[in-house]
Amino acid sequence: MTYLHNIGLYFLMIKEMFRKPTKWSVMKHLILKDVDDLIIGSLGIVAFISFFVGGVITIQTALNIDNPLIPKYLVGFATRQSVILEFAPTFTSIIMAGKVGSFITSSIGTMRVTEQIDALEVMGINSLNYLVFPKAVALMLYPFAIAIGMFLGILGGMAACVLGGYTTLDDYILGLQTDFNSFHMTYSFIKTFIFAFVLATIPSFHGYYMKGGALEVGKASTTSFVWTAVVIILLNYILTDMLLG
Amino acid sequence: MIIVEDLHKSFGDAHVLKGISTTFDKGKTNLIIGQSGSGKTVFLKCLLGLFDYESGTISYDGKIFSKLSEDEKRDIRAQIGMVFQGSALFDSMTIAENVMFPLKMFTKMSKSEMEDRADVVLKRVNLDDAHKKMPSEASGGMQKRVAIARAIVNNPKYLFCDEPNSGLDPKTAIVIDNLIQEITDEYQIVTVINSHDMNSVMEIGEKIVFLKDGHKAWEGSKETIFKTDNEVVTDFVYSSNLFKKVRKMYLEENH
Repeated sequence: MTYLHNIGLYFLMIKEMFRKPTKWSVMKHLILKDVDDLIIGSLGIVAFISFFVGGVITIQTALNIDNPLIPKYLVGFATRQSVILEFAPTFTSIIMAGKVGSFITSSIGTMRVTEQIDALEVMGINSLNYLVFPKAVALMLYPFAIAIGMFLGILGGMAACVLGGYTTLDDYILGLQTDFNSFHMTYSFIKTFIFAFVLATIPSFHGYYMKGGALEVGKASTTSFVWTAVVIILLNYILTDMLLG
Repeated sequence: MIIVEDLHKSFGDAHVLKGISTTFDKGKTNLIIGQSGSGKTVFLKCLLGLFDYESGTISYDGKIFSKLSEDEKRDIRAQIGMVFQGSALFDSMTIAENVMFPLKMFTKMSKSEMEDRADVVLKRVNLDDAHKKMPSEASGGMQKRVAIARAIVNNPKYLFCDEPNSGLDPKTAIVIDNLIQEITDEYQIVTVINSHDMNSVMEIGEKIVFLKDGHKAWEGSKETIFKTDNEVVTDFVYSSNLFKKVRKMYLEENH
């Protein structure tokens, strides 16, 4: 029953988030601040993870191809497919559920504990619109971070491949160009947009509706990470089945 | 004026407010007192519109809050200033930005006009040089004064304070009490204070509402609280030896 109640409450929160909008002059600053906190502030970790995961995929693929009949360019092909289809959009989103998600939950949760949300409500401000809406808008730029992640993942693969001597640069690039299906990019960005919305709203839900004190803020951050990751993985399965199945 | 009539509020099976009726007048400091768990905070949150209630009415200058449209409720809320127990300052903003926040949200003032207004109210609460500090850099007393400045910056008609003295030393508590009373008198607003502090009761309680177990057990003023023989009130207010002596002296002097 608690799960059903929370699911209902989550959708009511989404509805409420769009009601009684905050003045645009204030909202634009909130959006820009959240772009800085959530997107710009995450580029470093996204770049780091993508580059090295791309490298690892390449090394593992190359090491598992020991049959001389399998062409060497397959390493580049496998890296491209893995990075574009799964590692950049899904794997990075789960990392972001930990980084961005816990930041959102703890900042909103602390505002709840210290009565700052009550202060907004007393002033007649729609606190959900003020707090959650700018985060949802800011995270619509998340696909740009993922695009950078894709590029760096493939670049990391190339560096590992060439520097490690697994294939030649030409073979790797040939692999990247082989059987390229542009719909895979569309599929990947559709997923990313949906994950971005999940990344903004589920952690906000856990922060906004938390009860208790400082200890509960920590617990809410953990719960928020678990649920965000679960929802991302479930949606990943559903979207993959719908769009590629 | 705020008029409350037969207010009932429950949380599940717990009946927290049991038919409270009272009035809070303009230009007066109205105190709600009572033991922990007596329903003070719930009562205050009902007055503020943060809690819905089962029955009864709360009217602000003749307008029954529960019957108003969302826009009309928003208009009433824009006329409310609130000082929270923990100050509830926005910790991502400087003190000046906190004070200017209601102006930014509800007026069309230019930045310089907002800064001027923030200067005026910060001076009014004796904080001339704290504009650029963050709330975390301010002491408890300063935070309370910033919260009062933020509450009055938009010229509210109603000021609510939830335990404004909690966590403050006695001297700072008196400064805050006097400040609230002066502002109430100066701006002629309806001030409602939720308090545990018996010093506040004696100093600024122009009207006192005593709650016990969700009922209004007594109503009076700082003058009549000395004379009352209501045992529920005297047990609570004169529980310390100091206040017992003060009362005894008062009664001997005014016999």
